Amino acid sequence: MGLKCSTLRTLISRYCVGEENWVDSRTIYIGHKEPPPGTEAFIQQRFPDNRITSSKYTFWNFIPKNMFEQFRRVANFYFLIIFLVQLIIDTPTSPVTSGLPLFFVITVTAIKQGYEDWLRHKADNSINQSPVHVVHNGKVIRKQSRKLRVGDVVFVKEDETFPCDLIMLSSSRQDGTCFVTTASLDGESSHKTYYAVQDTKSYSTEQEVDSIHATIECEQPQPDLYKFVGRINVYMNNEPVARPLGSENLLLRGATLKNTEFIYAVVIYTGMETKMALNYQSKSQKRSAVEKSMNSYLVVYLFILIGKALVNTLLKYVWQADPNRDEPWYNQRTEVERERHIIIRAFTDFLAFMVLFNYIIPVSMYVTVEMQKFLGSYFLMWDDEMFDPDLGERAVVNTSDLNEELGQVEYVFTDKTGTLTENNMEFIECCIGGSVYVPHAICNGQVMSGAGMDMIDTSPGPDSRDAEELFFRALCLCHTVQVKEEETVDGIKHGCHQGKSSSFYISSSPDEVALVEGMKKLGFTYLRLKDSHMEILNREDEIERFELLEVLTFDSVRRRMSVIVRASSGELFLFCKGADSSIFPRVVSGKKEEVQARVERNAVEGLRTLCVAYRRLSSQQYSEVVALLREARLALQDRDKRLAEAYDKIETELILLGATAVEDRLQEKAADTIESLHKAGMKVWVLTGDKMETAAATCYASKLFRRSTQILELTTKRTEEQSLHDVLFDLSRTVLRHQGTMTRETFSGLSSDFGDFADFGLIIDGATLSAVLRPPQEDSNSGNYKEIFLEICRNCSAVLCCRMAPLQKAQIVKLIKTSKEHPITLAIGDGANDVSMILEAHVGIGIMGKEGRQAVRNSDYAIPKFKHLKKLLLVHGHYYYIRISELVQYFFYKNVVFIFPQFLYQFFCGFSQQPLYDTAFLTLYNISFTSLPILAYSLIEQHINMDILKKDPTLYRYIGKNSLLRWPTFIYWTALGVYEAVVMFFGAYFLFDNTTFTSNGQMFGNWTFGTLVFTVLVFTVTFKLALDTHYWTWISHFVIWGSLLFYIVFSLLWGGIIWPFLNYQRMYYVFMQMLSSGPAWLSIILLIAACLVPDVAKTVLWRALWPTTTEKIQRADRLYQGHLSDFTPLSSLRPGLNSDLDSPRVLEAQRSRSGHNVKKVMFTRWRYRGFTDYCSFTPLLPQFSPGTKYGGTGREERV
Amino acid sequence: MNKKEKPEAENRPDNTAFTQQRLPAWQPMLSAGIVIPLFLIIGLIFIGIGVALFVTSRDLQVLEMDYTGMEQNSPCFSCSDPDQKNCKCTLDFNLDKLFEGPVFFYYALTNYFQNQRSYGVSKDDYQLSGDLDNFKDPDSTCSPYRYDSNNNPIVPCGSLANSMFNDTFKLYQLVAGTKKEVPLDGKGIAWWTDYNIKYRNPSVTPLKNAFNGTVKPLFWPRPAYELDPTDPANNGFINQDFLVWMRRAALPNFRKLYRRITEGDYSTGLPEGNYSLEISYNYPVLNFDGRKKVVFTNVSWMGGKNEFLGIAYLVIGSLCIVMSVVMLIVYAKFKFPEED
Repeated sequence: MGLKCSTLRTLISRYCVGEENWVDSRTIYIGHKEPPPGTEAFIQQRFPDNRITSSKYTFWNFIPKNMFEQFRRVANFYFLIIFLVQLIIDTPTSPVTSGLPLFFVITVTAIKQGYEDWLRHKADNSINQSPVHVVHNGKVIRKQSRKLRVGDVVFVKEDETFPCDLIMLSSSRQDGTCFVTTASLDGESSHKTYYAVQDTKSYSTEQEVDSIHATIECEQPQPDLYKFVGRINVYMNNEPVARPLGSENLLLRGATLKNTEFIYAVVIYTGMETKMALNYQSKSQKRSAVEKSMNSYLVVYLFILIGKALVNTLLKYVWQADPNRDEPWYNQRTEVERERHIIIRAFTDFLAFMVLFNYIIPVSMYVTVEMQKFLGSYFLMWDDEMFDPDLGERAVVNTSDLNEELGQVEYVFTDKTGTLTENNMEFIECCIGGSVYVPHAICNGQVMSGAGMDMIDTSPGPDSRDAEELFFRALCLCHTVQVKEEETVDGIKHGCHQGKSSSFYISSSPDEVALVEGMKKLGFTYLRLKDSHMEILNREDEIERFELLEVLTFDSVRRRMSVIVRASSGELFLFCKGADSSIFPRVVSGKKEEVQARVERNAVEGLRTLCVAYRRLSSQQYSEVVALLREARLALQDRDKRLAEAYDKIETELILLGATAVEDRLQEKAADTIESLHKAGMKVWVLTGDKMETAAATCYASKLFRRSTQILELTTKRTEEQSLHDVLFDLSRTVLRHQGTMTRETFSGLSSDFGDFADFGLIIDGATLSAVLRPPQEDSNSGNYKEIFLEICRNCSAVLCCRMAPLQKAQIVKLIKTSKEHPITLAIGDGANDVSMILEAHVGIGIMGKEGRQAVRNSDYAIPKFKHLKKLLLVHGHYYYIRISELVQYFFYKNVVFIFPQFLYQFFCGFSQQPLYDTAFLTLYNISFTSLPILAYSLIEQHINMDILKKDPTLYRYIGKNSLLRWPTFIYWTALGVYEAVVMFFGAYFLFDNTTFTSNGQMFGNWTFGTLVFTVLVFTVTFKLALDTHYWTWISHFVIWGSLLFYIVFSLLWGGIIWPFLNYQRMYYVFMQMLSSGPAWLSIILLIAACLVPDVAKTVLWRALWPTTTEKIQRADRLYQGHLSDFTPLSSLRPGLNSDLDSPRVLEAQRSRSGHNVKKVMFTRWRYRGFTDYCSFTPLLPQFSPGTKYGGTGREERV
Repeated sequence: MNKKEKPEAENRPDNTAFTQQRLPAWQPMLSAGIVIPLFLIIGLIFIGIGVALFVTSRDLQVLEMDYTGMEQNSPCFSCSDPDQKNCKCTLDFNLDKLFEGPVFFYYALTNYFQNQRSYGVSKDDYQLSGDLDNFKDPDSTCSPYRYDSNNNPIVPCGSLANSMFNDTFKLYQLVAGTKKEVPLDGKGIAWWTDYNIKYRNPSVTPLKNAFNGTVKPLFWPRPAYELDPTDPANNGFINQDFLVWMRRAALPNFRKLYRRITEGDYSTGLPEGNYSLEISYNYPVLNFDGRKKVVFTNVSWMGGKNEFLGIAYLVIGSLCIVMSVVMLIVYAKFKFPEED
């Protein structure tokens, strides 16, 4: 009964509530075998089959669903309404005029989406029908992939891809492990080890596997790739044995089996419930600032449209108050029309006016904008300068919606490791109980043969020798590095070539590889993990074996990892390595002070430091540990939390051994890029999980902080001394005081070359940040901490956030994003820990780094190296912004010019909705006569040469804050449109007034009048664009002259033939008749000139009187005949800077610009020479000297 | 080694001028250096054209006479009463010098909205191109001039055709007290294409038979096939006056060509003297405050008299010159020092 009830509930919940809301675990019978009677009764659930459907539509629902999707867009819906109005009521233009473009747009989009969906169907089918091997009644049979069911036991061979999410039962390897690459899932090409269930790993033939009698209980599918909790009940002799299952047992769909002959595994998640499918959920759409202003313009134009229609309707009825005007004898109404109620008549008239003027909002603008974005993004992908030959990667565009946003960035949030730095770790030194050891492989450019080492402390006592060896062993054992015995690993070369066995170390963490390799240079070589035993080759070339008992894996919250090993002597050790902050509090003995001093010194030098500690375990302690871990691992709920607690209990009472230092070198041109970004007016924030000192050193090296930068600290260390409240207020006072002393001029942003003076840098750490962001308490006045913090940040050109958890990174981005100026943010990172901020920021950039592809997959744009950000923003972003802003403004302008004469004509035709232009002209104006020139312009225009943009990053500032799409500009364009429309209409009006245009005395009619206006219109708007074009390639010539030619040819053809399918022939010979008359030619030329002259004159005068920077650069470029980029001080062209050219700060800037390469060389060289005397290099790099931390010249702000 | 190079070659973007956005380009700039001379040249050319146009236009003669008959002293005052039928009135005028030919004779209507939408669409193009099906069943746009009260189809249907101008004029020169008729040429006053291609009579002979079962437009005195009893080729839909009327005027005050004066003694123009214009006054305009006029004018290579075009050219031309001077001043004052 109860069972039935619950089944019912399952069903109800399945169909009503949405599936697994209350069933939070599932039970799987391996091989579909019922559990032995007497055991707990499980609810048999229904699972989907293994069909993957990435397609959106089926053959049957394509048309309705696609139509629905398309008409959900406001613009399309608007045009649909206009079209329907035209169909229903008697309107001036035929439904074709709006129906045809709409139909065209909808069809093209539908075809594109249909094709994409067809491709997806094809891909789905090929996946769904691919053969898989299933164990059935003790035999391996072939099955189509889509027919797999939960509970099936599958057989996977080497290099095959897993068809669904599996729990591994056994493998061809004795130890029950297998190797897997998840390259297609998260891009990590390293081989990961997965483990079979301990109790089933010995079942390695199909008959044996078929005899397994077990059930699996596990959580319902969730998208996190790295989380899984479950439990397997194996019934041996009807006695269930429960074992924990974790993500190490779970083989994910999409991953590939490597280096393992075969495995047997049981299906647990199928089809759309696999983790891979769950991860395919589309990201939320990001909208660019340009699109937002486009929408607000649209609203304005909608109001103009409604206004026009209302005014005309109103005037119509005022004018018609006289019955002889309302219904003159020559134009009588029908009875039906007379009887219609006046309100209905007025409403119909209103709608008819709406239809007549609806072209002011062009359907083609949306198409053009989308085409521009889509096609424009190819230039990003094609850019050879953004191609990295080492990686063989080029820029990737995941969304083209944000191209122009790249030109609007105000805040850059960057990750440190792998983004600013190479993430190519090199072991530098280790410090064991106060003595420093340096591997001596490279010295003065020569490779020293053999594994030698140097000790700085000349007299290591016998005690320290033990400690030393223990330290080395600890590092050799405490890691998750694998040994790969092949030349290359999936294209990516890893680590250093091993002399004898030609093997590589592979790990998801480059630090670990560096450490293990460093140990090798110091004499201890990690050989391999075999049968749960780690083998080490020690200095005496003896192999030591340690049994690996437990691995307490690394996580970013604990920031440490541990292993528990049993030495061959039987002793049990726990080795722990991790960040100093997470190790030191747990240390009970060891030379803490010496090590800490060394760690701090290394950190200041920009090295990544790790501390190593150990603890001896008695066998009793060990069994407690095992019990603790076991309990935690078996938990089905909150397993992670319980594990963390268990780890916390285990990793205590450590004895400090020493510390290591690993260098992560700065990426090529990272400093140059940061400097450019600064000059371009962007605020660069570094968000890192590293410790403060390391991060600060990197910031100095990468020019984020300069010598002159005044550093403000907001760290735990300071808040311990003072309350957070006081610190915040002190800092804000400092910042505001400075701001007060600055003149308005220098702060206007246009003239200040900031980054050189008035320069603050802020350092904040994760803990303090969360204190700042904590929601305000009721009692205290802490509520406005956030505001104060933002105020401080606003005045800092560079901010360093260290010790950040991944989610905190996103929090920071969100904080800035939602602050009151709503700045445009960009986040750039390479690792999985950056994904949250990449998704959060307006623009997310992924770096194709070493930490897998997750950042790239979730980003909007991906580039191979950090240095490519410079071109991406300064050149591409700048271009796309000016291109699209012109596109948007021009589109509104050309439609005002188009429709306004038609509006004016109503005053002369009794407000009767008589169209001025012929239907064909109305339809084709936006589609073909004026569409291509602006599209081509928006793809190829370059107002300033690429090299100059790159050379002078300050140019980026002038387009900031959406400056080309501000209201004044928009109003100017609209006013220009209205002016031109008035000139065209009244020009033609006075020319037509009571006179003949021909020499044979014949008169022209209303269609000739409209055609004359239309011809002037097409030429004027095209010439206007031609005048705005600064970069005339053959494409520009082709489309501009081609469009005009097309207009003429079309008009000749359109008027040259009696078109049999038309029920009116009003345009017949109108165009030819017009061209055959001299005055018409003269009028056209006159009106075009009258339209364009004022705009040209204005442009030229403004250029002379108040030139924009762009115009200055253009002029200078012309003077130097395109060699402007060869001349250095572009800053002289900037307003207000001429007199500053010789000022010390500019000189300093130039010096530092040219000097940074030299400095970098020094930075890399001194280490090898200077290790004997650390003090000797301090004068070279004053900012790194311990005495004057960061400030260098003593300007550090300590309030 | 090969293995390593391969992916690079595959993935490397094409290094062409187009993909790298480095197409050779002409980079013009709207700088004062170009625009000042350009404006100067344009200004001069425009002024030249303007002067030519203005002079030509000034030499053209226009004689415009209102014959609506609103005023009591107007010769057509008696005819303006709407109850009068077949009223005739005579307009006398005097030319004190030769009115150079060819002289074009227009009638003009004011405040007449031929460009109203409902009026303009009220016709049947198929009918007018001779489609007999549409003789029996005219297009619905013709309403209320689609069928008469007896439900007979109207041909040509619609308001536009129905309201065709039906005043007729005869011009006499008074030579020694006798009236000498000035021959008026009614050929070729409509567009050639309208007469020859766009409008077609049904190919039924005699034309009258095609109109069996139809009625003439209510306002018309005669059916379409009897519009011009003198010339059988000027009847039906290809009657020149009808064609002229059917080409809708763009604006509410318009002229339409009535006749040309090209024949006989008057081929060089109307000599000086007294003339008398006999008007058969039929067309009602007073109820919508319209005016009727006759206009005699001659044309030049640039069409009829229109001073606006010449003046506009002069204005724009001078504007260009003024602007180039302003630019020059600005340029001299603000630009030169900087460019050193």
